[in-house]
Amino acid sequence: MSRFLFPRWSNALLPALAVVGALLPLYVVMFVAYGFSPKTLEVGYQPTQPVPFSHALHAGELGMDCRYCHNTVESAAHAAVPPTQTCMNCHTAVRPESRKLAPIKQSYESGLPVEWVWVNRIADYAYFDHSAHVNRGVGCVECHGRIDQMEVVTRHEPLSMGWCLDCHRNPVDNLRPVSEITNLAYDQRTELTYEERVALKDLYHINPSENCSTCHR
Amino acid sequence: MSSIRADQVGGRIVDNTTEVPGTRAPLVLNMTTFGQVTAQVSKVSEAGRAPLAWYVAFAGSLGLLGLLGVCVLYLIFTGVGVWGLNTPVAWAYDITNFVFWVGIGHAGTLISAILFLFRQKWRTGINRFAEAMTIFAVMCAGIFPGIHVGRVWVVYWLFPLPNQMEMWPQFRSPLLWDVFAVSTYFTVSLLFWYTGLIPDLATLRDRAKGRLQQVAYGLFALGWRGSNRHWHRYERAYLLLAALSTPLVLSVHSVVSFDFAVSQLPGWHTTIFPPYFVAGAIFSGFAMVVTLAVPAREMFGLKNLITLRHLDNMNKVILVTGSMVGYAYAMEFFIAWYSGALYEKFAFVNRAFGQYWWAYLLMVSCNVITPQLFWFKAIRTSIPLMFFLSLVVNVGMWFERFVIIVSSLANDFLPSSWEFFTPTWVDIGTMAGAFGLFFTLFLLFCRFLPMIAMAEVKMVMPAADPHHDEDGHHHGTPATGDPS
Repeated sequence: MSRFLFPRWSNALLPALAVVGALLPLYVVMFVAYGFSPKTLEVGYQPTQPVPFSHALHAGELGMDCRYCHNTVESAAHAAVPPTQTCMNCHTAVRPESRKLAPIKQSYESGLPVEWVWVNRIADYAYFDHSAHVNRGVGCVECHGRIDQMEVVTRHEPLSMGWCLDCHRNPVDNLRPVSEITNLAYDQRTELTYEERVALKDLYHINPSENCSTCHR
Repeated sequence: MSSIRADQVGGRIVDNTTEVPGTRAPLVLNMTTFGQVTAQVSKVSEAGRAPLAWYVAFAGSLGLLGLLGVCVLYLIFTGVGVWGLNTPVAWAYDITNFVFWVGIGHAGTLISAILFLFRQKWRTGINRFAEAMTIFAVMCAGIFPGIHVGRVWVVYWLFPLPNQMEMWPQFRSPLLWDVFAVSTYFTVSLLFWYTGLIPDLATLRDRAKGRLQQVAYGLFALGWRGSNRHWHRYERAYLLLAALSTPLVLSVHSVVSFDFAVSQLPGWHTTIFPPYFVAGAIFSGFAMVVTLAVPAREMFGLKNLITLRHLDNMNKVILVTGSMVGYAYAMEFFIAWYSGALYEKFAFVNRAFGQYWWAYLLMVSCNVITPQLFWFKAIRTSIPLMFFLSLVVNVGMWFERFVIIVSSLANDFLPSSWEFFTPTWVDIGTMAGAFGLFFTLFLLFCRFLPMIAMAEVKMVMPAADPHHDEDGHHHGTPATGDPS
């Protein structure tokens, strides 16, 4: 009777099997922890926009303040994406015939808005208020990175729940005077001492909430 | 050899339920050699065709399994609203079924581990399929917490995995302990069952005629050749796994009971719950073993291996654990009165006389009165009666969980929110479908794996005893009939 037994060479697989069996669960855990993380999946997101608008030129070289275009940021939850009219405040006079501005001109004439692609987007089930942050010393750069150096806007931070919590649990390092809010080159970690940042925390009455309903309302 | 009929081998029928002083009652009837056991048990999986009853049962089970698939997919695509759950009854059929199935599983572990450590030799006839029953029951149980969370695609949040939210399960919650208890239980039960299967799988491999069977059984037999060293390690591993499983028999259902006992709800917040749940689990589990054993020994002709004595013993366990359950019911009422707590008193009066009085009555008559019938040997050894009574116990134990969960939730602290739970067709379909999954797996097991632990049964036969002296001759001497 020919019975099936494992061939001799299969003995060599046994140690390999033991190693795989021991490491596989660890691999799965790490795969979920890092592979599914927005640090891996979201950071670096750089969609092509309908208009070749350069933040590096406008906010960097020309030194325009963020709030000239994103004007609701200090008073509302949502930081407005400017309407075409805001562009045309200058561009009726500045390079009105530029080919790069054609979609803006078209939008201005037709009245249909430019369909910008949302880069730093938080999930709908998370509540976020810009005004609560920028009026109390959290600078634009903390979440958006050096926009003034970006030709095309790129996702700089994961915007994940854990990332939000990191700051809510330890806000001191991320606080600056409100006067420097839109100064993207300013770094409170070098400009201010720890004690000065703690003083800012007291000054702005910062006591970040960490319970579920803070963001999931 | 293929024409051996189980109940005719040797031509004599022995009543092994009667104790004869000075002798051990035989646990294998009408058989004298090991080869006969091997032939009879292997025949089931070697036969080209299963008995007609198997095909009928399998078709029915597959149908119910399909229903389970439909109900679960409908739930996933639509949401838990397709069940009849609402405030305040947020747990009903789902958790009832979960506790019911986890409870069923306990008999298998008790038989395989505790009875092994206590050297109860009669366990060998029933341990294999009781352990299989445990595994399939825990699989059925696992479905319900898995789908009742609603967002099934993030069900891995049950486990403490590092994640981008920096969120962990609530380690102070019994629901998390439950995840650990049930998954440990499943893993250890599976290992135990598989370890016991290895020598028998090798037997099937060696007997197999087809190449497919040879390779399939051969792969899972892990190269077993029955050498002395193999047996030595096997026995060690089996003993260690039995020792590992023994605390699980008590711990798993204790932790399941914490899901209720740790909460503040009157009717749930009861310190008697852990022992009471464990007794109930063993009670329902043994009832399910009887429910499965009676038709299986008929269908596959295994009456000489799963004898009346085995069934008689199981009915005695049902009697003991059923009495414990009855005591616990009474003690709950006593403590509700003795505590002087208004809400506690109300919860129990309401349980017996409130809107779920019918479920309570059903539970008490099935679980308290039924097992008391097993005081009579005539009932303990009557096949039709014990089969019927085991079904009654199964029904009663399902209603026990339903009564505990739903009657406590439906009338909680705030009378304005009181509600009467009504199941939807999806509730009922999912419950029936779980039985489909259970019986599909069980029938496949019966057909393709050795349903009786051959190697272990042989150890309790007289032929395995080195002092075996049935024919009046001593070991190693010719059978001359010389009594010296």
